[in-house]
Amino acid sequence: MIRLEHVTKTYPKASRPSIEDATVSIEKGEFVFFIGPTGSGKSTIVKLMLREITPTKGKVYVNGKDITSMHSWKVANFRRSIGCVFQDFRLLPNRTAFENVAFALEVIGKTKSVARRVVPEVLELVGLGGKEHRFPHELSGGEQQRVAVARAFVNRPLILLADEPTGNLDPDTSIEIMRLLDRINRTGTTIVMVTHDSNIVNQMRRRVIEVDGGRIVRDQARGVYG
Amino acid sequence: MRAKYVLAEVMVGLWRNVTMTIAMIMTMAVSLSLLGASLLMFWQVQDMKDYFNYKVEVSIFLEKATEEQRNDLQQKLKTDPLVKTADYESKEQAYRKFKEQFKDAPELVNATQMDALPESFRVKLNDPTKVDEIRNKYNGQPGVGQIIDQRQLLDKIFSILGSLQKLALIIAIVQGVAALLLVGNTIQVAAYSKRREVSIMRLVGASNWFIQAPFVMEAAFAGIIGAFLAYIVLVLARWLLLDGALKPLMNATIITPIPWENIHLMLPLLAVVAGVINAVVGWITLRFYIKV
Repeated sequence: MIRLEHVTKTYPKASRPSIEDATVSIEKGEFVFFIGPTGSGKSTIVKLMLREITPTKGKVYVNGKDITSMHSWKVANFRRSIGCVFQDFRLLPNRTAFENVAFALEVIGKTKSVARRVVPEVLELVGLGGKEHRFPHELSGGEQQRVAVARAFVNRPLILLADEPTGNLDPDTSIEIMRLLDRINRTGTTIVMVTHDSNIVNQMRRRVIEVDGGRIVRDQARGVYG
Repeated sequence: MRAKYVLAEVMVGLWRNVTMTIAMIMTMAVSLSLLGASLLMFWQVQDMKDYFNYKVEVSIFLEKATEEQRNDLQQKLKTDPLVKTADYESKEQAYRKFKEQFKDAPELVNATQMDALPESFRVKLNDPTKVDEIRNKYNGQPGVGQIIDQRQLLDKIFSILGSLQKLALIIAIVQGVAALLLVGNTIQVAAYSKRREVSIMRLVGASNWFIQAPFVMEAAFAGIIGAFLAYIVLVLARWLLLDGALKPLMNATIITPIPWENIHLMLPLLAVVAGVINAVVGWITLRFYIKV
């Protein structure tokens, strides 16, 4: 599903690489945590998988396609097969929950009638039934993140990337979001989550890949944080 | 649905930054009207050159010519391959013309004696550009005085019109550059104010075309409005200047009238030019501000 082969990424002007010689393989339907201290390079891995950046050396394969040599005009289409959730939710403040999710459909050319059918469904799935017409500022942090998850999932992507999705949430709300991601994972969606929340990692007991100083130092099925 | 979305985005974009939009459209309108005026003037000068070339006359004035010399000259002119027609104008005819031309100044007419006006041949040429050949040929011949052609006068008018046209073109270019910088700036501000939307669009896989189209259209749309305003300025200019203040000059056929068709042609012409250039500038600006 996702494969990094000897990937090195050095940002321009940086003295040392953010990621050095990383080789990782993630299978379909897996739930993987990338953990590590701030600046260890785990967010760089997410960016590489999204093709926001291209590696200095090595290859990245997603869905069987080599995305390092992908034409830039194909990137948009490629991203439709990946859902993204971030720490800061990234919702549009002037749109309701429904409109935020519908926006993701609208901008890839889906019609309004498709949105009217699909969006309530996915909002129901993330537990926001009845709150479709609230604006982000009328929702709690956990609820906002649910909207973001709904938006990421509305196209039924094969992969969901979550970059510290619980970073702004209290522990109880974090657990709820994790339950939601777990449910989505059970539908067969591969989930890659970057975090440094040890509680969550310890509770979930899923595959853990630890990154430190740009190198992969641990890759453990059913791992814990420490 | 796509078109509706793009159109709505264009309107929102232009309105969100309305003072800059107005500044951009006004600068563009000034630039485009000068560009249009310059083009009209260029066409006009071509037109006038053709017109006057067709009409151009060389006057060969006679000086103390005997009748024999005059007949001789007439014979030569009639058989000259360069000459189309050669009409003799006697002192009486010259005097009558003179009286007619200056009928508003009777003192001048009274003070002028018929003898003071020279007799002449009014020569029309087969090829109006060969004036100099005629001059060289007949200059210094017995009985021939001054040889005057209207082109010398017309060349002055043309050179004035030509420099006016160049001036208009230069101002149009300077203003045009300013307008394009404003377009770039407006698009930057628009892209900045919509950066959240844009980043989310990229995230969910909206195509570049879809992300950029509203901005590019915004620029093109502003250009088309600018072109429309420039067209109105040109119509007003023709109406107020040519049909108003400069009417006497036109009646004297020094300036041939600018046909309305030419002015109307400016609307689509300027709209296409401004629309396309603006769209390209907008698109180039975006390439620096929105990366995939």
